[in-house]
Amino acid sequence: MTLPELGAWGPYIAILAMALATYACRISGVVLMGFIPLTPRVRRGLAALPGSIVFATVIPLIERLGLAAALALLAAIGSMVLRRSELLALIVGMSVVSAARALGL
Amino acid sequence: MRRVTVLMPGVVVFAVAFGAAASAKGLSLLEALLMSGLVYAGVAQLVAMEVWRPEWSWGAIAGLAVLTATVNSRMVLQGASLQHWFGAYPKRLNALQLFFFTDANWMIGTRYHAEGGRDLGVLIGAGVLLWLVWVAATIPGYLLGALVADPRTYGIDLVMPIFFAAMIVPLWRGRRAAIPWVVAGLTALVTTKLVEGYAFILVGSLTGAMLGAFLDDPA
Repeated sequence: MTLPELGAWGPYIAILAMALATYACRISGVVLMGFIPLTPRVRRGLAALPGSIVFATVIPLIERLGLAAALALLAAIGSMVLRRSELLALIVGMSVVSAARALGL
Repeated sequence: MRRVTVLMPGVVVFAVAFGAAASAKGLSLLEALLMSGLVYAGVAQLVAMEVWRPEWSWGAIAGLAVLTATVNSRMVLQGASLQHWFGAYPKRLNALQLFFFTDANWMIGTRYHAEGGRDLGVLIGAGVLLWLVWVAATIPGYLLGALVADPRTYGIDLVMPIFFAAMIVPLWRGRRAAIPWVVAGLTALVTTKLVEGYAFILVGSLTGAMLGAFLDDPA
């Protein structure tokens, strides 16, 4: 059996494939955890999960994006500690990275 | 409502960046809008623009689906981290609300739940509202495409990392609780050196969660 030619439908099928892959990611964690009993140990693991996701995403990105990114994220965290506003943190962070990149860091 | 508005400018900037990248890659406006509406995952959409092509084969589509799944693998864990909250609600409602589940939503939900909130409506409202903004903001991005020639100049590639880093502050529960996080970050860093792609998020996060599970609660 051969698959039909894609022709003009190619991009639409590509988008649909992305949508299905994304939705599968969205539901699978929730479905999976429905089968795992919430022992105290599992609970502690889940409690550590959000911070772990944040660090596991951000630290390699800092390494990849360089000094300007590191300065921007530190500035954003500093602003969060002082004012607790995500919007201000975004403005501070993006200003720092734009400035640092303009200076060639 | 306030929880959503603080994230709104970041979502707009990201959507504009995607729209600009999509027009630069030769997608039609309809294709860009369909992708924003159906996929609704900023980082995955930007990565997809890197590998977008004028002609498609089934193999290329399968490759794109796998790439999308790896970029979005963090959603598996994000969903898992909120399952104890979602689990009490009907399956159909969860199947629907999870379509609108994203990074921004996860941040709002995690923070809201940590503060004692249990109303799923907050998360659904946030998800739908952000979705509307995300799809709508794709249009000006697409039309302005030529103007935002290099999104890096304005730090658009850092919008998501900045929000993630800012999340550390409300999540903070003392140094001891942060040990698994740091280990997760370092594991992820080592993984990027060894494995191509986005597996580092999954490997790092799971390591952190495992460590968290086996570290005893502080007495």
